[in-house]
Amino acid sequence: MSAGLEPLAAGVRAVALAEAAGADEVEAVVSADEARLTRFANSEIHQNVAETNGSMNLRVAIGRRVGVASSNRLDDEGLRRLAETAVAIARNSAELEDWAGLPEPTPITQIPAAFSSGTAGSTPEQRADGVRAVIAAADAAGVRAFGSFSTSVERLAVTNSNGIRAEQARTVAQLLTVMMAADGGSGYAEGAGVDVSSIDAAAIGREAAEKARATANPVSIDPGDWSVVLEEYAVVDLLALLAYVGFSALAVQEERSFAEPGKVIGSELVTIVDDATEPGAMPMAFDYEGVAKQRVVLVERGVCRDVVWDTQTAARSGRQSTGHGLPAPNSYGPFPLNMVMSPGEAGRDELIGGLGRGLLVTRFHYTNPVHPKLAIVTGMTRDGTFLVEDGKVVGPVRNLRFTQSYLAALAGTTAVGRDRRTLRGDFGGVLVPAVRIDGWTFTGATEH
Amino acid sequence: MRDLSDRSLDTAVQLGASYADVRVVRRLEESIAIKSGRVEGVASGESEGQGIRVLVDGAWGFASSSDLSAPEADRVAAEAVRIARASATALRNRVRLDDRPPARGTYETVIQEDPFAVPLEQKIGDLLAADDIARNVKGVAFTETRYDAQRETRTFAATDGSWTEQTFTHVGAGIEANAIDGDEHQRRSYPDADGGPFKAAGYEFVRGLDLAGRAGPLAEEAVALLSAPQCPSGRFTIVLDPSQLYMQVHESCGHPTELDRVFGTEASYAGTSFLTTDKLDEGFRYGSDLIDIVADATAPGGMGTFGWDDEGVAAQAVPLVRDGIFVGYLTSRETAPRIGRSSGGAMRADGWNRIPLIRMTNVNLLPKPGMSLDDIVTSTDDGLYLASNRSWSIDDRRLNFQFATEVAYEIKGGKKGRLFKNPTYTGITYEFWRSCDAVGDESSYVMLGTPNCGKGEPGQGAHVGHACSGARFRDVQVGVGKW
Repeated sequence: MSAGLEPLAAGVRAVALAEAAGADEVEAVVSADEARLTRFANSEIHQNVAETNGSMNLRVAIGRRVGVASSNRLDDEGLRRLAETAVAIARNSAELEDWAGLPEPTPITQIPAAFSSGTAGSTPEQRADGVRAVIAAADAAGVRAFGSFSTSVERLAVTNSNGIRAEQARTVAQLLTVMMAADGGSGYAEGAGVDVSSIDAAAIGREAAEKARATANPVSIDPGDWSVVLEEYAVVDLLALLAYVGFSALAVQEERSFAEPGKVIGSELVTIVDDATEPGAMPMAFDYEGVAKQRVVLVERGVCRDVVWDTQTAARSGRQSTGHGLPAPNSYGPFPLNMVMSPGEAGRDELIGGLGRGLLVTRFHYTNPVHPKLAIVTGMTRDGTFLVEDGKVVGPVRNLRFTQSYLAALAGTTAVGRDRRTLRGDFGGVLVPAVRIDGWTFTGATEH
Repeated sequence: MRDLSDRSLDTAVQLGASYADVRVVRRLEESIAIKSGRVEGVASGESEGQGIRVLVDGAWGFASSSDLSAPEADRVAAEAVRIARASATALRNRVRLDDRPPARGTYETVIQEDPFAVPLEQKIGDLLAADDIARNVKGVAFTETRYDAQRETRTFAATDGSWTEQTFTHVGAGIEANAIDGDEHQRRSYPDADGGPFKAAGYEFVRGLDLAGRAGPLAEEAVALLSAPQCPSGRFTIVLDPSQLYMQVHESCGHPTELDRVFGTEASYAGTSFLTTDKLDEGFRYGSDLIDIVADATAPGGMGTFGWDDEGVAAQAVPLVRDGIFVGYLTSRETAPRIGRSSGGAMRADGWNRIPLIRMTNVNLLPKPGMSLDDIVTSTDDGLYLASNRSWSIDDRRLNFQFATEVAYEIKGGKKGRLFKNPTYTGITYEFWRSCDAVGDESSYVMLGTPNCGKGEPGQGAHVGHACSGARFRDVQVGVGKW
């Protein structure tokens, strides 16, 4: 359905059909996606997939009754049924006393940096070339390579009965690899961006291979409070989990968030924004309500400034949407999808050199909030954890479990790296530096 | 659908595939979300498409499309073949599949009351009734009540002549009450948070939950937790309610027995497994003698119950742990021959646009005659009773785990007493299961599970079942971190 699908035109048709079926307000979110992913393990390609899909999410309101229907059957008959289904749901639903209505049009500035024709036209042969470059680096180091190389193009359109006509095309490419050695070593590296040509597969392979070699025969250390340097791959998790538990206006309205404008929640070195115009954060021009994306300062020099808003939460608090709505129905509320942490002044050697005795952590694994309001999170280290003494890396250690407040981590930040990486987090593009943090609480250990 | 599938397979073979299978899937979903009496989301979803998997030169390729036209079937089959040829340029071991008889037949979930035929107003009314009771309890900050239903019709055809048609109906519902005081946020849920576990059943399952009957006590307990003492730290005897034990089984039994993880094919995302094949050969002691774990795709009502998996292998019950000894894996046609076995039928795909992966079916901890769950509590002098999962984490080889539950009840002299808030416990998988000295009998054996088990790249969610009855563990580290 995607190949011939014109998202904006389909959305306009669906809005008209739903209005004809009796809807007072209508919103159509149409997505045409082409996603490709080549996966490798034990230094060979073992999974290699492609998906072509087009789908529509139709939200209608009759008075204050709202219904949502979605489908990937977008021919004339499919659209008619979709409109009738959404209207029937709205008719049978209950009234929302504080229904804010659908948003009005806002000026939208297209972001050419969000799209790369090279990524959109990427072939399975090109992805296999990249994978072979990673495997070659693994072979040279005597380790095995595991990972994935993906490219995707999304054409998104949002139309509504108030006149919103928003359309954009975005591409994302990502190459990640874990390398493992027979002697217990394990390393990780990743590259991501809008343009697949920005990904240097051989360099990513070398980075992971070197780390897999450097982590051979790790030793056990005792858990406890340690100063740490978190590489960019770990900092991604810090931002993602803070967004998940706190940087949404709905979380604030439901009193489940730590966020409070003016409250000091981090050291002066910490500034975090959500900026969908930042080329390094996989940009977006508008949200899933068709509202233009605004740059939102979440934390400025350690002080909480704001959270992100969608139409409904903004109306409740007398605000304007900041363009962070997710597809309906959405009981979680608005969400930051383009998080950016400001760089500091420290080079990598300075970050590690300032540790004294501490740990260098490559990345985290399977993190999960234990106490959301305090942002206490547990998780494991993975794929490269090193002991640092006198400011120098002295050797690998076995992986550790932490149970740590991510807010306390912001407060304990003592240095921020000057270099940043574009990475693909669980919830969107992220641009982050490495950081040094005092008092990271490790609470357990494992056998590798 | 037969014509479309035949066309896809013919095209793939003509272009060089030595094997191909195609699935045509149509999924209907309905959801209702209520927050503090506000009907926040009522939605219906429909998705359909075809996905074809091919072997060319010993390498896999897969392509999928939401377009079910014949020309698109040709295009998708050709794309899959092209992708497989690209895979073959970085291949070290040709794929070999075990033999199985061609799969033929139909399967359908047994239901009493079609959830899609129950009027929407009635379903909303049932949920609102429960939500109202919970949110009107003094001290409750907000409530969430959810309902979800899913029906999936799936045809499978393969070049060996296999042809199956299956229809699955799964429903789920649940309620949670949240109480907040300053930095303290306490939650109680039933039967589970985030909409509760689904079941392969009709709307009769939702009626049987009696959400309205459970809502009041549930909400009162959430409020009481705000003033409850912090769960103590130390080494404790713990009794796990089925509402937590199923998650323990999921993370520390289900995932490490996935044979693809053992062979490294999930290493770049979810990780590998400590249950390496040498442990199968040596008869590794996974748990105490009381531990019997079976992956049973035939269990009534389980979210992992089917007629055939997505490779056309018939549903079966596969022992994973017997009398505490590790004896088997979740397997596929590609992985099973590598340990000298036939596929146990655990390949499952999340819809038309994903390849099948080794997934849990219903990984069940079997009940033990002799002690009811109440008897286990009565026979515990000093310990904690933990219920309702709140947080989960486990390392990339499935050894070091840490869980948080919504509530702990002190056990003193064989009786459950006061509440503790923010309980956590941690351990190493095999040490933990070896410390089990009591497993409940049939009287508390219940089918639970999760509808959102994540795995694979691109990501896939799976509906997996876990039946269990509750169990006791000795000398467990409780109370982790700074509070």
